[in-house]
Amino acid sequence: MSSLKDAGHLFRFAGLFVIAFLVFWIVRGYVVPKSFGQYGHYRAAAMGEIAAHPMKFAGHQACEACHTDIADTKTKGAHAHVNCEACHGALANHANDPTSVTPVKPDTAVLCARCHTASAAKPKGFPQVDPAEHSGGVACQTCHNPHSPAIGADTSASAATGGAR
Amino acid sequence: MNLSRRHFLVLLPAAAVAWEHVLAGTPEDSPNYQLSEHWWGMLIDIPKCIGCGNCVRACQTENDVPDGFFRTWVERYHRMDTHLENPEVISPDGGKEGFPSVPEGGEGDYFFVPKMCNHCSDSPCTQVCPVGATFVTPDGVVLVDQKYCLGCAYCVQACPYGCRYIHPEKKVADKCTLCYHRITKGLTTACCEACPTGARQLADLKNPNDPIHAFLKTHSVQVLKPQMATGAKAFYNGLDGSVR
Repeated sequence: MSSLKDAGHLFRFAGLFVIAFLVFWIVRGYVVPKSFGQYGHYRAAAMGEIAAHPMKFAGHQACEACHTDIADTKTKGAHAHVNCEACHGALANHANDPTSVTPVKPDTAVLCARCHTASAAKPKGFPQVDPAEHSGGVACQTCHNPHSPAIGADTSASAATGGAR
Repeated sequence: MNLSRRHFLVLLPAAAVAWEHVLAGTPEDSPNYQLSEHWWGMLIDIPKCIGCGNCVRACQTENDVPDGFFRTWVERYHRMDTHLENPEVISPDGGKEGFPSVPEGGEGDYFFVPKMCNHCSDSPCTQVCPVGATFVTPDGVVLVDQKYCLGCAYCVQACPYGCRYIHPEKKVADKCTLCYHRITKGLTTACCEACPTGARQLADLKNPNDPIHAFLKTHSVQVLKPQMATGAKAFYNGLDGSVR
């Protein structure tokens, strides 16, 4: 035992070290979130929090569930692949509560021009006009049904009549 | 297996801890969503983009992006016939309200290039975060944990595509989430939903039925800054060599 005679201070130091480590371990247990490290060096619960963000765009599937007549008109025309909310704007509020939230019809003078005003930067095959020269100030929907824009196309379900009834 | 009462009591809290880990991080309202079954990317078809700015407005609406900051934006390139490597690029207010008219008889070519987070699989931005606040999810989306972010902006500097910013009110890093709240529920992103020409298409590379696979086979598709080996997953069709 003579070899350990003067080793008391080492044991005290080791004891201190063990206590410090335990304190660190306990504090760490409280401070580090439970999901940290589940998939990697990050808090996995953050994914759930980001996924819980509320939606503003309902998605065309939600629109088509009620507005079947408009969906039918659209499938025949050049706007078949233009989703409802591309023109009508974000309408998740309306989809969640169709009776109390009434969407405002877009102004075609602004809306149509946004895509169809001629520009040399646009793809060559894309239909483009100079709005002033093309219509002379007449509203676009006077001649075109926005849901099926070719003149002479099926206009029985025109924009003016709205959708779900 | 013959489980003694003593062993059972030891195993019980262990099982509880394990179950808690299983529950943590499950995206809300999407119990059928399996992280391991998806690997998200985006197809951007430049010859289809008309520069209408619908995607920029839709993103700002959907994600409450503050004015003057952009998770996605549209650039208009003007590539001169001579200086191919020095295109003139404009993006007034991110292209949100469209672009000025092209001067008549102008030399060279004009075209639009939508930009957004490339959701890189070897992303430089996540590697520099000192606190583990930004990461690539198991389904391939680069996200920011805004409760953990310190706002040091290392990631803003690290992104070679300029896709991150410090949120002016929250003072933390903010960026495209690839509409994680939508894609985990089976919907497409807000920008894709609002794009009138199909110039943007959400792509799930792990889904064998996704049209992206046929598209990649039949088109010459490129990513931005391939020399940086970021593993970018925003696939550009018809990308001009002058685009940076």
